[in-house]
Amino acid sequence: MLLTEEDRARLNGEAGEATRIAMELVVAAGEAVGAGSLLDITGAHVDSCLYHGLASLDFAERLSGAGGAVTVPTTLNVTSLDLLHPELYRGDEVIAARARKLIDAYVAMGCRPTWTCAPYQLVDRPRLGDQVAWGESNAIVYANSVLGARTNRYGDFLDICCALTGRVPYVGLHTDEGRRATVRVDVEVPDSWLDDDLLYVAVGHALGKSVGTEVAVITGLDDRADEDRLKALGAVAASSGAVGMFHVEGVTPEAATRGDACQGRPVERVVTLDPGTVRAVVTGLSSTTKGLGAVSVGTPHASLAELESLASLCSGRRTMVPFYVSTARDILAAAGAAAQDIEAFGATIVTDTCTYLSPILEPPDGAVMTNSGKWAYYAPANLGVEVVLASLSDCVESAVGGETVLESWA
Amino acid sequence: MRAIVPGPAAGEVVTLDEPLSLWGGYDPESGLIVDRAHPQFGLSLSGKIVVMAHGRGSSSSSSVLAESLRLGTGPAALVLAEPDQILVVGSLVARLLYVKVCPIYVGDPGAVNGTYVELNAGEESLGEP
Repeated sequence: MLLTEEDRARLNGEAGEATRIAMELVVAAGEAVGAGSLLDITGAHVDSCLYHGLASLDFAERLSGAGGAVTVPTTLNVTSLDLLHPELYRGDEVIAARARKLIDAYVAMGCRPTWTCAPYQLVDRPRLGDQVAWGESNAIVYANSVLGARTNRYGDFLDICCALTGRVPYVGLHTDEGRRATVRVDVEVPDSWLDDDLLYVAVGHALGKSVGTEVAVITGLDDRADEDRLKALGAVAASSGAVGMFHVEGVTPEAATRGDACQGRPVERVVTLDPGTVRAVVTGLSSTTKGLGAVSVGTPHASLAELESLASLCSGRRTMVPFYVSTARDILAAAGAAAQDIEAFGATIVTDTCTYLSPILEPPDGAVMTNSGKWAYYAPANLGVEVVLASLSDCVESAVGGETVLESWA
Repeated sequence: MRAIVPGPAAGEVVTLDEPLSLWGGYDPESGLIVDRAHPQFGLSLSGKIVVMAHGRGSSSSSSVLAESLRLGTGPAALVLAEPDQILVVGSLVARLLYVKVCPIYVGDPGAVNGTYVELNAGEESLGEP
């Protein structure tokens, strides 16, 4: 790998022990995927602050103990705790104490305590063409696809190493070539389906299953695919597959036409999503249709627009089952009356974490309904619960009635 | 095969029928596949030479791999069809912190599921095509 003089100085420990360790990992990761050089970044989003066992903490404390300090603006992903509402935590206190130490280590290295899996909903998000190093799979796919910023799929540990060094391997989605669509996914469904949020979950899930790590251009959608629907699409695509980027013809910034997305070259294959496939995906993401025990929405973290939609559906009503909404503390601070309506409805607003990561849900007496494909995908294994995927309005109607209502995809 | 994280390994070959996200799909405490949607749900990967087409899903898989190696429940080695940065970093961090090595190879192991194999590529194979 071609290294600059500064890179070599970092590798030799001239910028301190933490930077040396970080630089070694950045170079090793780059060599593993055949990168020829490194590239400067303008920001990072670090997922390593989420506790996954002592390995998380040991690594963070090794770096912070050696004086590590980030060299680019760096946001932090969710934690395993709701720091604003600590009483919601129902888990092991030893783990909670370690999670707090992990948080302290990342804040000590100069990261911003944003605690959100949706950093793209913060005010100062990256713009078209910005080179960044982001962790958290849903954030990565959003940054590339919706913002047109450039990041590879940075895993835990490597994200903070990039933030400490300000350098990333120049490869993959950082390059023009790596962003070219090689697969086309044609969505061929009745026009009215484009008004249904669950269509975007289904397309995302099918995308992840059919393309793996490849970049696809999706056709057949239009500007009804707004930022929140693209967020839902990307989040589930990055769960069912290793999708780091997709284009939507006529919608996303590097795909004014399908030709632009493909950079003028032919795709290698075409996948068609017909109504039967879409319907089967939605049904398949539910593990049961049995009784309703709880509702969980806001995965990834609800945007302000999503909180307002929820507020307009639930205002003046009352949930009969535990109802959880996850969002970022910055979004909650901006939500005002919408947040009040949601709380008056009887819902619990969760910040800084997510209900499928943190022991917050009371063991539900029945299945958990969610509008999130990502939640539906991970929660059965993480939490040992049954899941019903439904639209936001069905989630609210079900909560109010105390039993499962499936109007939109019955 | 080339080693992207070098080192010897020996164990029974387990070929994953579908890609697995270690985060959410693999329990580092038990070493078992816990993704219910995975066709090999419940299978142990502990001490196995795990052959997978590519990584999938969460960027937290680095942590899960490192944690499973810390706990001694991790795979003996991974054999991937394509290099995967997320898994490489997880393996390298476990080596840094705990001196536990889970070599990662890229290529076709040419071994049948269930057979015992030894992988002995050393440092010299790193970076070869």
